[in-house]
Amino acid sequence: MTNIRCYHCGDDCNRTRVLFDEKEFCCNGCKTVYEIFTTNGLSNFYDIEERAGTAPNEIRQKYDFLGNKDIVEKLVEFNEEGVQVVNLSIPSIHCSSCIWVLENLNRLHSSITNSQVDFPKKTIRVTYKSEDFSLKALVLLLSAIGYEPYISLEEYNKKNTKVDRSLIYKLGVAGFAFGNVMLFSFPEYFEVEEFWLDQYKPVFRWLMFAFSLPVVFYAGRDYFISAYKGLRSKLLNIDVPIALGILTLFLRSTVDIIFDLGSGFFDSLTGLVFFLLLGKFFQQKTYSFLSFERDYKSYFPIAVTRLNAEGEEENVQIYKIKAGDRILIRNMEIIPVDSILIKGNAEIDYSFVTGESNAVLKESGEKLFAGGKQLSGVLEIEVVKSVSQSYLTQLWGNSVFEKDKITAFQTLTDSIGKRFTIGVLSVAILSTLFWLFYMPSMALNVFTAVLIIACPCAIALAAPFTLGNMLRIFGKHKFYLKNTNVIERLSKIDTAIFDKTGTITTTTKDAILYEGIELTKAETALLKTTLRSSNHPLSRSLYEILKSNAIMTLDEFEEHTGKGVEGKLNKHSIKAGSASYIGESMPNAASDTAVYISSDEDFKGRFVFKNKYRDGVEDLFVTLGKTMNIGILSGDNDGERKQLQDILPSKTNLLFNQKPKDKLDYVKHLQKDHNVLMVGDGLNDAGALAQSNVGVSISEDINVFSPACDAILDASNLTKLPVFLKLSRKSIQIIKLSFLLSLCYNVIGLYFAVTGQLEPVIAAILMPLSSISIVIFTTLMTNMIGKRLKP
Amino acid sequence: MSVIYVLLAISISVALVFFAAFVFSVKRGQYDDSYTPSVRMLFEDELLPDLDKEEPENKEIKLTKSTNQ
Repeated sequence: MTNIRCYHCGDDCNRTRVLFDEKEFCCNGCKTVYEIFTTNGLSNFYDIEERAGTAPNEIRQKYDFLGNKDIVEKLVEFNEEGVQVVNLSIPSIHCSSCIWVLENLNRLHSSITNSQVDFPKKTIRVTYKSEDFSLKALVLLLSAIGYEPYISLEEYNKKNTKVDRSLIYKLGVAGFAFGNVMLFSFPEYFEVEEFWLDQYKPVFRWLMFAFSLPVVFYAGRDYFISAYKGLRSKLLNIDVPIALGILTLFLRSTVDIIFDLGSGFFDSLTGLVFFLLLGKFFQQKTYSFLSFERDYKSYFPIAVTRLNAEGEEENVQIYKIKAGDRILIRNMEIIPVDSILIKGNAEIDYSFVTGESNAVLKESGEKLFAGGKQLSGVLEIEVVKSVSQSYLTQLWGNSVFEKDKITAFQTLTDSIGKRFTIGVLSVAILSTLFWLFYMPSMALNVFTAVLIIACPCAIALAAPFTLGNMLRIFGKHKFYLKNTNVIERLSKIDTAIFDKTGTITTTTKDAILYEGIELTKAETALLKTTLRSSNHPLSRSLYEILKSNAIMTLDEFEEHTGKGVEGKLNKHSIKAGSASYIGESMPNAASDTAVYISSDEDFKGRFVFKNKYRDGVEDLFVTLGKTMNIGILSGDNDGERKQLQDILPSKTNLLFNQKPKDKLDYVKHLQKDHNVLMVGDGLNDAGALAQSNVGVSISEDINVFSPACDAILDASNLTKLPVFLKLSRKSIQIIKLSFLLSLCYNVIGLYFAVTGQLEPVIAAILMPLSSISIVIFTTLMTNMIGKRLKP
Repeated sequence: MSVIYVLLAISISVALVFFAAFVFSVKRGQYDDSYTPSVRMLFEDELLPDLDKEEPENKEIKLTKSTNQ
């Protein structure tokens, strides 16, 4: 029975199996989606891709806040005359079937007029008539078919930002001008002495001039701005010689055609700008479905249920909550503010905030911190601090989050650019001085020629193409970088710090050990039956591993939320739950997650849940340990110190019980003489991730939350981290090699320039040739070294 | 006036028309999502078999949708 997979979502149908329409489903949810699809003529969904569905989650009252008009108003893009347009982010979009079914939403409800999927961004844009339909109904409909939208506080705050497409325009302008100027200047390349051509030379020249105007003043504008900014802050960045080159090219060419000295270099000028922009465009690869800027806002809900003075429930936007308000937290909801527990069994999972993996039990009157997730039942809490002043959210007030890592980092290109500029200027001045004495009429010609030919087009292209291609290669192996700058920073890393929970351990606790008196067969069967009725995560994992096939009907079942479960059958009873519930305790009990078992009120033993380390973690540390320092920063207690020491190199620094701020400070301390790589997964690492030179966030499912970071790495590829680091270093070597190569072109070009023989046709050949060969060289080299990533 | 001016004017205006088309398409956001339309155009066939059962209103919507892409 192991190989039966759900017809809808493709999961194993081991635990429960639902038969419907001669097809197997893993749960009732999947069956329902299948029913919805088939009855609405959407059964094609299953033909486009097999088992492509997603099992729907139970929703209940989660989206009640969408009944609130103010909130809806903020979320919809357009709302007039009974028509609303909304853009929703749906993380579970993953295949062509998804696109198909989501673009046919109008078959499921007649009020939906249009729906359009943006696959790379994983968003859907729905237009609907708001008369007999609402945003809430739409969200519930989407959730019912397994495409639950992700609506968070972040969305609520989002301003309608305009997409910046200026680079595409500039590229278009430059390419357009480049092509036309090339055509116009073609006859001049051959210096044909023909009456007809000679007669129209000025016309073609002035046309070229006209086409180059938008290239210089619009497409190439950024280079002038950047060079000016660089000079003002006394920095010679790579844009200085580029801007100088563009300017000289333009002025010299204009002078040339005015005084009829030659045809000018308009072809090289437009080509140069076009290639440079192409490099910029290539570098600008973004993973639009990922967010690298997330903070607590994308983790928090938009609204909560508040109890007003009369005890009625109302949905309130989260920023409107004040100290003293009473709010309701339902099962699996996030506590958005620091508060005091009034009513209910609080079992709170703080793993995201502190890294502590065990759920914490709280009693009425105790303080609850924002960011915890309630695991069992409904809570009533009284707010102590507003959202922005809560303990967790205050971390984002730290100045680290405003620091821009890119501006603080000097790239290889810029540091080369500085030396290059000085070199070019000295060659230009020296050769001009020489010609001033030898043949003064040539001096200006030589000076401009040197600046033109030395324009570091190839150097400026080497980094964007190498790093841009590497970024794509990394992306194919599920290592998503924020930008190409991260690769350069990765190459300098000499210290790697890891978070423990969720980073080097899996989030599901698979390793379960039993300690105590062995359970009899009857007891195991009874225990399994009892656990079957419980929805607690620990019960479920325990249920999966117990070996017993007997399914019985219990005489009595009781679940004490936050404490444990009790089952009775034929006068035998079994209890499973926390130590205090069973009334027993074993040594070293505090630091472990365990389920205690008693049969007929006799304590039997306990199941200990150990964090399971990801496969290959040991190898990872051995490989990394050879080249760099390693450290572990955990928010968890030190219950697993021994286990960790066994798998880690002996020099490793192990720190436990670290608060988010401690982690940040530790990284800062290390940065005094190291370049630090921080690998983490939760909000508690956010400070350290922002402070570190490179912050990598580990994620089991890249679509769900990950804190602000420089890179997101899929958990399955964690063991490839050393290879990624190595490839980053190799990429820098490739860039250096390409610099050498382009220097050769420059030397050849300078020979023509210094000797005063630079003809436009030579410049027109040399410039594209060097650029194209650099692009080919870097692409081939990166693809070659990228092959190492193949398993 | 020489014919070359006429030819130049024609060729440049043709080029400018295409350039304008490019600018227009960027402005409309046609380069924002370069993946989904490639998948979407393959689905037009899948819709046809049961279109007849649909109400005329829905048919219209679908037709306008397909021409938009």
